[in-house]
Amino acid sequence: MSRLKNLVRTENGTPPLRAGHSLCQGCGIPLVVRTVLDSIETPKVVVSATGCLEVATTRYPTTAWNVPWLHVAFENAAAVVSGVESAYRALARRGALPQDGPVTFVVFAGDGGTYDIGLQALSGALERGHRFVFVCYDNQAYMNTGVQRSGATPFGASTTTSPAGLDALGKIQERKDITAIAVAHHIPYVAQAAAVHWDDLSRKAERAAKAEGPAFLNVLTDCPLGWGHEPRESLKILNAAVDSCLWPLYEVVDGNWRLTYEPKRKVPIDEWLRGQTRFAHLLRPEGNETAATIQRRVDEDWAALRERCAT
Amino acid sequence: MAIDTQRAQVLTGGEAVAHAMRQIDPDVVPVYPITPQTPIIQGFAKFVADGRATGEIVNVESEHSALSAAVGSALAGARTITATSSQGLALMAEIVYIAASLRAPIVMAVGNRALSGPINIHADHSDSMLVRDSGVVQLFAENAQEAYDLMVMAPRIAEHPDVLLPVLVGQDGFTITHSAEPVELLPDAAVREFVGEYSVPFSVLDLSRPSTQGPFAMPDSYFELRYAQTVAIENARRVIDEIAIEFAELSGRFHPAVEPYRLAGATRAIVVMGSTAGTVKDVVDALREEGDRVGLLELRSFRPFPREAVRRALADVRCIAVLDRSDSPGGRPALFAETVGAVYGGPPIVRSYVYGLGGRDVHPQDIRRVFRDVDGAGPETQYLGLRRNG
Repeated sequence: MSRLKNLVRTENGTPPLRAGHSLCQGCGIPLVVRTVLDSIETPKVVVSATGCLEVATTRYPTTAWNVPWLHVAFENAAAVVSGVESAYRALARRGALPQDGPVTFVVFAGDGGTYDIGLQALSGALERGHRFVFVCYDNQAYMNTGVQRSGATPFGASTTTSPAGLDALGKIQERKDITAIAVAHHIPYVAQAAAVHWDDLSRKAERAAKAEGPAFLNVLTDCPLGWGHEPRESLKILNAAVDSCLWPLYEVVDGNWRLTYEPKRKVPIDEWLRGQTRFAHLLRPEGNETAATIQRRVDEDWAALRERCAT
Repeated sequence: MAIDTQRAQVLTGGEAVAHAMRQIDPDVVPVYPITPQTPIIQGFAKFVADGRATGEIVNVESEHSALSAAVGSALAGARTITATSSQGLALMAEIVYIAASLRAPIVMAVGNRALSGPINIHADHSDSMLVRDSGVVQLFAENAQEAYDLMVMAPRIAEHPDVLLPVLVGQDGFTITHSAEPVELLPDAAVREFVGEYSVPFSVLDLSRPSTQGPFAMPDSYFELRYAQTVAIENARRVIDEIAIEFAELSGRFHPAVEPYRLAGATRAIVVMGSTAGTVKDVVDALREEGDRVGLLELRSFRPFPREAVRRALADVRCIAVLDRSDSPGGRPALFAETVGAVYGGPPIVRSYVYGLGGRDVHPQDIRRVFRDVDGAGPETQYLGLRRNG
């Protein structure tokens, strides 16, 4: 059966994450969660870091989850899943699991719970080699607490703690390359994806789940509130991120880098900056230089990535 | 407490607890090293390496992750034990609260040690006091034998369906963790039978009954969920007593939540927990020989605090000295405050003594001074063994 039919069939049956949650209109998170979970064939156990997904899907006494789901705190999702996965192996060894058979352990964390406060626990879990899929829904700032800058916030973006003003052009630092940090742990599968190109994300989720060890997916996920765009513009803006090569789609399998999508036409960075109020100041004359810097860095990074993927 | 010296081995408290873990054979043991807890995790790791225990050791990158992994594994239906000390427990503190709230029955061996700063590695109860109000059960051992015995009792208390809370088994750093003394181990099979099988009401690995654990609670439900923890730890009072009796039937060693020592007819008494109880017993014996009517009330369970038992035990004592191995700057030391609360409205004079912080030795003559001073006129809180001039 085709990939799309498979996904539709799951969604029409008992979807892992069902409707009725309180995530915002146009939010990319449920798109990412559904695509990832629907693409994994085995039963799933989900661990969430504190964040939008956790708050909006589990308001006691209700839940939007049809799969086992556990949340402990903000910074420790990778440590929690280490414990769950270790328990699974220990119980399997002595035949004490509630049900036999393979299970995929999936973590969902935002960029704060991945790049920043969650980095130590993530690094430890990757180094120890637990078998799990860590999915970062990267919307490039602390959205749940009101759009504060994170280590994932791109250069030039205005947030509530890196605001653009008369003397400031938004965040002055570059975002850190968390995907490369994950690769540096020599784990079997790392990929960068986006909430658009569902087929690409779906294939990567499937491969991540089949990896014999830790897998890491960094998924660019829009936030209408924090990015400042109309909910209906979500996919258009995400497409601009991918087609401008600001957010390339690639995977690193056992250390081998491979582009999974190349835009037919590389669009200028203005297409990404336009339509997001967090970048509005860069489109005014005083922001031209910053916008040009962003374009230059995108071009350099894209060239470097292509070279890496060619070898 | 009678130890059969024929059957006893010479073990440190750390080694004794490692043996308890080998015999319990937990499924998952997430750990991170910190002095003076290390003999526990090293001892257990060697048992696993030699095939004498089968548990899955998870060598995590911090204590925060140790307890986070422990929460995950305990809720996945695996019996889970971890060990920590001092700064490690401080780093875990956020998750200690959440573990209690998620009703994860984790057993935690604690080598009690001072908190920084300044940094210090020696005996002190400040680390456990940091998580005083977290909702976990907290037991304190007097010596290596008790550390072993309480460790064997701990899973039964933690996993009791009316409790389902983490249980901390404290032993004084170095004074117990690193001091060798005769310890009588139970036969492996007896421990296995005593602790039995582990089960949780809702496993996160139960795919046929998917559960949502750790949800977001708003003001309409948070208060009630917190109160459920209060009910659970209140239930632990009864459960600790039941398990202590059951353990005594097995071992001949009885460790109730609170234990009077030569309190009958005493006019002056010390209240203390941990290794100092042993020192106080020696002094009480000596003073009784000299005709002084003194006694000791030893506390093993600090949470839940056995207030009724404390009140009853101290009802006829005129003067009480409470010895705290932790301070509460700007407030009252924790054990003192609890004891005053327990005897509130009754006749005794209660005085507070803060002692032994950061491993400062407490000597028999210090204890004699307490018995001498307790009914005199002095400040309510005194600092035993504190040098006033640096």
